[in-house]
Amino acid sequence: MNAVVNLWEGLHPLVQMLIKGLCVIGVLFPIGGACSLVERKVSAAMQGRPGPNRAMPFWFAWVPILGPALQRLGVFHLMADGLKMFLKEDPLPGHVNKVYFLLAPVLGMIPALTTVTVVPFGAYLDAAGHLVPLGLANLDVGILAVFAVSSLGVYSLIIAGWSSNSKYPFLGGVRASAQLISYELSMTLSVLPVFLWINAPGGEGTLSLFKVVQAQSGSWHGFNLASAHGLWGIIYLPVSALVFLVALFAETNRLPFDMAEGEADLVGGFHTEYGSMKWGLFFVAEYSNMMIGSGVFILLFLGGWNPLPWVPLADLAHWLHLGHQPILLGALSIVIFLGKVLAFIFLFMLVRWTVPRFRYDQVMKLGWQKLLPLAIGNLLFYALLIAWLQPKL
Amino acid sequence: MADLLFYTFAFLTLACAALVVINKNAVNAAMFLIVSLVGVAGLFVLLDAALLAFVLLLVYAGAVVALFLFIIMLLDTTPGAMKPFKAATMIASTVGGALLVVGVLSLYHRAQFPAAAAPVAAPTLKAYAEQLFTTYLLPVQVVGFMLLIAMLGVIVLSKKFAVPEDVS
Repeated sequence: MNAVVNLWEGLHPLVQMLIKGLCVIGVLFPIGGACSLVERKVSAAMQGRPGPNRAMPFWFAWVPILGPALQRLGVFHLMADGLKMFLKEDPLPGHVNKVYFLLAPVLGMIPALTTVTVVPFGAYLDAAGHLVPLGLANLDVGILAVFAVSSLGVYSLIIAGWSSNSKYPFLGGVRASAQLISYELSMTLSVLPVFLWINAPGGEGTLSLFKVVQAQSGSWHGFNLASAHGLWGIIYLPVSALVFLVALFAETNRLPFDMAEGEADLVGGFHTEYGSMKWGLFFVAEYSNMMIGSGVFILLFLGGWNPLPWVPLADLAHWLHLGHQPILLGALSIVIFLGKVLAFIFLFMLVRWTVPRFRYDQVMKLGWQKLLPLAIGNLLFYALLIAWLQPKL
Repeated sequence: MADLLFYTFAFLTLACAALVVINKNAVNAAMFLIVSLVGVAGLFVLLDAALLAFVLLLVYAGAVVALFLFIIMLLDTTPGAMKPFKAATMIASTVGGALLVVGVLSLYHRAQFPAAAAPVAAPTLKAYAEQLFTTYLLPVQVVGFMLLIAMLGVIVLSKKFAVPEDVS
């Protein structure tokens, strides 16, 4: 173990960054792929059918128990689908604006992969007993960076819809832009009470996602109502969490806010003209956005890498005697965080196969007439509440 | 490294800003505007003003230009069909350009630049907030009021008022 640590510390910082980045992408992509399989299985289970359970390389049937089990899970459908995207013909329709048509899927991937850098996904205790976040970059303006970069993702949909030069994709692109701009406002407003709450008076002020998790990690001892020490955000900021959740569904273009695709009325929406891996990139970007969105929700409202309310990671490390094992503790915190993210994605899937798609005017009405006033009222309420509670601390 | 990044971002900003102006296709112009704004955000990051950089991206690159694109697509402007300039426009723009060149040249030759100040620590969020709510409170309010007036103006201009019927 020490040899590995020494080798790692001997590397150039840029090489270290590169390896870290590749590791994160290496985790993100397979989970995204697995999610598409789980989505098919979940939808099948909810509709009372077996789902994908046929495809298998013929020689795999000879493996005793594992073979049939993997076949029934549909694992090989996932592999076949992935392979198909790379191998099938990559059409470039004649009537499209070629530069933008090719640029759009790439534009979708860039924000999806850039936001990963500022999301902390774990923590460990250093030698002095302080919690250190695990992440590619620990920015003090973390949440702002996430919002800023992810807001650029809308151009992928607009450009894809516009450059296709055909009616349904164009409608999809226009709808996507209107929807994303509408819900971004509520999303940003819903997050403000969180930062009002965690920024103590007289402090330096921070928008860091790590500090949000720190504010949610505290034990039962020293709890008081005014600071909600150790409780999770969703308990003392329920309206914020609800508004953020709804806006998150809209921002990631998931059903019931599936306006941009709307395969019932728009064929495939913005990606109607796309095929093979170019279409696959849109798909991967959607799942990456979903995962990052869930990650941010968990950091803001569900305690990040803390196992339970009032049970912070530091206490868990103490019980398990992991305080001086930074690598093991880091891995444990990542497992807890990823577990929460996956549970959240499961919620995304349950909602997708339960709630029918909204009509376009319903989406606009919900965004501007219900969600936005609710977010503004929530912000005012918490601003007044915190101003009233502060002198009592 | 920092110098190289500065020149990269500065070139990106200026070249794309020029392309925004000279491009005939409105969608191309809007896309170059985004790249130009990203360049400015990069310059802000080099100045240790990460907050400004991300606010710029969030508000301008993320929302304002998206609205531009939205409008461009709804209006469906066809590129290429441009009217030739009038004589008055030509004269005015030449004079304006000449004045700009003279101004930049005189600044370059005659201005006395103060010595570079010692680098200060990156401003905290609290510093931004305090400045905005104390020293710069009036400018912020004035700018907000101007935006409100512009918004009201648009609403008034775009609203079709019903012609009152003659009372006979």
